Amino acid sequence: MKPVVSVRDLTVSFHGERTVHAVNGVSLEVRQGEVLGLLGESGSGKSVTMRALMRLLPRKRTRIAGSIEVDGRDVLAMKDDELSAMRGKVVSMIFQEPALALDPVYTIGAQIAESVVRHEGKSMAEGRERALEMLERVRIPSPKRRLDAYPHEMSGGMRQRAMIALALACKPKILLADEPTTALDATVQIQILLLLRELQAEMGMSVIFVTHDLGVAVEICDRVSVMYAGKVAETGTLANLVRDPRHPYAQGLLSSTVLGARRGERLTTIPGAPPSLSQPPQACSFEPRCRFAVASCAIQRPPEVDLGERRMARCIFAEKTASEKIASLQPTPA
Amino acid sequence: MLVYLAKRLAYTVPIVFSVALVCFMLVHLSPGDPLISILPADASVELEQRLRIQYGFDRPLPVQFWIWISNALSGDLGASIANGRPVLSEVLQAVRNTLLLACTAAVLGFALGMFFGLVAGYFRDSWIDKLATSIAIAGVSVPHYWLGMVLVIIFSVQLNWLPAVGAGPGNWSWTWTHLQYLVLPAVTMAVIPMGIITRTVRALVGDILSNDFVDALRAKGLGEGRVFLHVIKNAAPTAIAVMGLQLGYLLGGSILIETVFSWPGTGFLLNTAIFQRDLPLLQGTILVLALFFVFLNLFVDMLQAMIDPRIKRG
Repeated sequence: MKPVVSVRDLTVSFHGERTVHAVNGVSLEVRQGEVLGLLGESGSGKSVTMRALMRLLPRKRTRIAGSIEVDGRDVLAMKDDELSAMRGKVVSMIFQEPALALDPVYTIGAQIAESVVRHEGKSMAEGRERALEMLERVRIPSPKRRLDAYPHEMSGGMRQRAMIALALACKPKILLADEPTTALDATVQIQILLLLRELQAEMGMSVIFVTHDLGVAVEICDRVSVMYAGKVAETGTLANLVRDPRHPYAQGLLSSTVLGARRGERLTTIPGAPPSLSQPPQACSFEPRCRFAVASCAIQRPPEVDLGERRMARCIFAEKTASEKIASLQPTPA
Repeated sequence: MLVYLAKRLAYTVPIVFSVALVCFMLVHLSPGDPLISILPADASVELEQRLRIQYGFDRPLPVQFWIWISNALSGDLGASIANGRPVLSEVLQAVRNTLLLACTAAVLGFALGMFFGLVAGYFRDSWIDKLATSIAIAGVSVPHYWLGMVLVIIFSVQLNWLPAVGAGPGNWSWTWTHLQYLVLPAVTMAVIPMGIITRTVRALVGDILSNDFVDALRAKGLGEGRVFLHVIKNAAPTAIAVMGLQLGYLLGGSILIETVFSWPGTGFLLNTAIFQRDLPLLQGTILVLALFFVFLNLFVDMLQAMIDPRIKRG
C-alpha cells in the first residue's frame, strides 16, 4: 500500500539572528485512513515538521531539505498556486488555539464558505450551505445561528469544532492536527478527540496528530512517532510502543507518565534537559541523558534500526527491550 | 446598535455643556477689554457705557453665560463686535471652508497612509518598507507651515502652476477654478496624518501577521491577495479610529496652514477674532469647533462598532 504522506530525511533550519536546527532528518509515513501521532516535548520539532508539510514556514528565514511527498506529489517542488490549491483541499490543518486561528472580524459561516468558494468554485451562498452542513456535522448546537457568529462569541470547545468544520469543509485526504486539544479543558478535550476519531473514520482521512500528551495519543492514534531534538526516536504501532518501547527516550517518557504506573510509587523522570539546537547534531542527541550510553554514542549518529512491522528505533540497542537493557547494566557498579 | 447609539448620544449632553462653560470662562478670563478694538481712541465714557450695556458686558458673568448659552441653544451666537455680522453665519461659512480643506486632506492622508502602511507592514524590512517608513517619519517631522511655504515657492512662485493664497473668487464650486486653490493647502495638511497612519498601520500589520489565523488562512488555501484582504479588514477599525482623531486635529489645528495660505476657514477666523478681541466671534467659533470634536468622535465610535464586531454594542 502506497503511503499518502511520505517524508524522507526532512531537515528544517531557521536562519536569522541565531540559527536553529529544528528538524534534523525526520522520516514519516502515513497510509490512507491511518492516524499517526507525533509525540514529543516542546521544541522537539513536531509543529515545525507539520508546518513544513504544508510549506507554511516563513520562506526567507527557513531552509528545508529532504523530500516531502503528499498524495504522490512533491511538495517541496510546488509553485505557489499549486501549493494554495493543495492547502485546504488535499491537506488541511487545525491549530492549537482556535481563538487565535480564526479570523476575529469574519463570521464563522463566511470563513468556512470562503474555503469552499476557493476550492470548489462555488458561490458564496452555496458555500454557506456547506458551512451549515459542516457545523451540523461537528455537532455545534443551533448551527444556523452560529453561521453568523463571530469567533469571540463562542466557547473554546465550540471554536475548535468550528475550526474542524472549516478544515474538513472541502473533504481533505489528510488532516494535520497541531495539538488541537491542548488549549481545552479535560472534558471538552475528550469530546473533541471522539469527534475527530469519528469524522476520521467516516471520511477515511489520514491524520497526523501532534501532541505532547501520551494520554491523548492513546485515545486517537493507530501509530506513534516519538520525536526528540528534531528527529524521530522511535516509530511503531501504539500498542507496540506503549508495551515495548525500544528507544531509551521513549522508555523514559513512558515511565514518567501515570499510564500503567502503580499507586504510591514514584514516577521516574529523565535527568537533564534537551540539547540546544544551534548546531546540527553529530552524535546521538539523547546520549548526554541516556543511562545506557556507551562511548560510540557520543561519536556517531545512531542508525535507524528496522524492527519489522513498520517499526523503527534510532538506537544501537534497539534490538533489546527495556528490561534487557537494564539487566545488561547490572555487572558494572553504578 | 440603537441602544449603543442612544447611550453615546446621551453622554454628549454633559460634555457639550462643560465645553460651552469652559470656552466661555477661558475667553472671559483672558485679559483685554473687547470694546477697545472698536471704540475710537477719543470715545466718550458715555458711548463706551452704552456699548457695554448693548453687548451685555456690564452684567455679572453667570448671567452673561446664561444669556449666551440660551441664545446659542436657539441658534443665535450673537453678533461680531468687529463687523456686526451674525457670528453664526460667519462661523458656518468658515466651518464649511475648513471642512472642505480638512476632509480633502484627511482623505488624501488616509489613503496614502493606508497604502504605505499596508505595503510597509506586509513587506517588512524590504526596500519598500524603508522607503515608506522614511516618508512617514519625514511627514510627521516636517513643520507644516514651513512645508507650506516651500510648496508655495516651488509651485506658485517658480513654476506658477497653482495659486498661493485664498479660496478663489466668490462662492465655492467644484470646478478647477476653485479646486486649484485647494491643492497646496490640502497636500500640506495631509502630510502629518499620512505619516501617523503609515506608522500605525505598519505596526498593526506586523501584529496581525504574527497571528496564528494568518497561517490558518494560508492553510485553507487562500492566495496572498486574499490573505492581504483579511489583513486590511483587521487593520481597518484601528486605522479609522486614529484617522478620526487626526481629522479632529485637522479641523481644530489648522490655524497655521490656514494662515499661511489665507484660507478663509475657522483657523483663520479664530486668528482674526483673537487679534481683534472679538469675544462673541471667538466664543462662537470655539464652541462650534468643540461640538465638532464631540460629534466626530461619536461618528468614529459608531463606524468602529459597525466594522469590528468585538466592540460591544448595547
